[in-house]
Amino acid sequence: MFQALANPQRFMAFSRWAAPVLAVIAAGLLGWGLWLSFSAPEDYQQGATVRLMFIHVPAAYMAMFCYACLGAASLVGLVFRHVLADAAARACAPLGAGFTALALITGMLWGRPMWGTWWVWDARVTSVLVLFLFYIGYMALQAAIDDETRAARASGILALVGLINLPIIKFSVDWWNTLHQPASVFRKGGPSLPPEFLWPLGVMALAYMALFGALWLVRIRAEVWRKRAQSLALQAAG
Amino acid sequence: MSMTSLDYGKYAIFIWPALAVTAAVLAWMVADSLLRARYWQKKVQVLEAARAQPGEKPAP
Amino acid sequence: MSGLWILFRRELGQTWGRGGGPVLALTFFACVATLLPLAVGASPARLASVAPGAAWLALALASLLSLERLFERDFEDGTLDLLALGPAPLEAVALAKGLAQWLANGAPLALLAPVVAVALGAGLSLVPMIFTSALIGGLGLSFTGGIGAALSLGSRRGGVLIAVIVLPLFAPPVIFGAGVIDAYASGLDWRPALSFLSAYSLAALALGPLAMAAACRNALS
Repeated sequence: MFQALANPQRFMAFSRWAAPVLAVIAAGLLGWGLWLSFSAPEDYQQGATVRLMFIHVPAAYMAMFCYACLGAASLVGLVFRHVLADAAARACAPLGAGFTALALITGMLWGRPMWGTWWVWDARVTSVLVLFLFYIGYMALQAAIDDETRAARASGILALVGLINLPIIKFSVDWWNTLHQPASVFRKGGPSLPPEFLWPLGVMALAYMALFGALWLVRIRAEVWRKRAQSLALQAAG
Repeated sequence: MSMTSLDYGKYAIFIWPALAVTAAVLAWMVADSLLRARYWQKKVQVLEAARAQPGEKPAP
Repeated sequence: MSGLWILFRRELGQTWGRGGGPVLALTFFACVATLLPLAVGASPARLASVAPGAAWLALALASLLSLERLFERDFEDGTLDLLALGPAPLEAVALAKGLAQWLANGAPLALLAPVVAVALGAGLSLVPMIFTSALIGGLGLSFTGGIGAALSLGSRRGGVLIAVIVLPLFAPPVIFGAGVIDAYASGLDWRPALSFLSAYSLAALALGPLAMAAACRNALS
């Protein structure tokens, strides 16, 4: 599949129908997930605020998932020098930054009623903040180099440096502060969340992921057209 | 499945803004992606049309 | 090996000799430390509690200063092109540059760090530990920072860009470096933090030159 999609024309033909299909799936899942989260019972400890989990935790997953996609696209772009992979990496970063910002903002709105403060410098919050700053740095580097190919390669190298560094940062921040509650969804011996919370959480996570997939494809299409427009403009000028 | 209730009491001031922010950010991501794609698609169409008729200058 | 030595000598001369060498970074370090009591208040108890951490923060900031010229100087006058064509791989050039940066900037800063921390109210017993952690951490800061310097070659607004790229990556050395001092000061086991710090610096030493060389090749292409 990857081989087939590496051809920009075939990618455009594929994404032409894949993006709308993913968008419809995302809309459906989003509707179902929202209905599930509104109808979920209140948590005996957190009360109604448990509903914030269904929009906050998927955003935090996506913040990391987008970075994995960014790293993978950058690796392919650097190793195979493929234009489409560069476009994919470039298209991925703003979406990742958006989900990361979303995770931070909804986290603050969840933290205020739960912890009594908008912001705590605990391990997970701090890691996500560093991830957000890293996305910004990535986009800043890309914007600061005029030559597109060189910008793509430089930011690709930075993405790989980040791919190695982010787990180290995560580890160091965890080491620095181990006060936070342990991760409660993927725990050994099965999930510890009751099913009436696990379902909305899972559906919302899938909805976010489908939305990301659709938007990623749309943005890669925009990149392909942008490259095409630039080369056409050059031809017309020259 | 329990009763759907939209009355969140004292937590409403946190839950509704969180939903609103989520909706705003997701809507912004959708709009930005679609507008960007449409803008460059149009640009390509204009340039290709200009190339097909060499007499005319391409739109700036 | 002798080629690497020549490169290293050259880099050391460049970093040490030109534009005041480490004096500027040292002065910057002292300036940040001077502003701290003015910002948080001069109460000795409050200052002493933040002194080691503030020393590490100022250290991370000061080690950013000279990064901008690390590759740019050679990039602009064409030396980097010659070095890329020369017999030594660019990885070796990057290694020499990073080591020279560490010796000419990191080591003087590591010497000043305990002075600053003590002036801010840290105990004298912390001096050896602050120096050790700053010296070991400085190696990691130099090589991680070098990646940012190489990546921003040929970009507009190099200096700020390097800072934005590099400072998030400085989180682990700052955490472990300040952690060493913190653990030592409160009588806890400081060895885990010091071994994490050393591991980070060695990993940066091993992997940094690869990324720097790739970034230089990209800038030269």
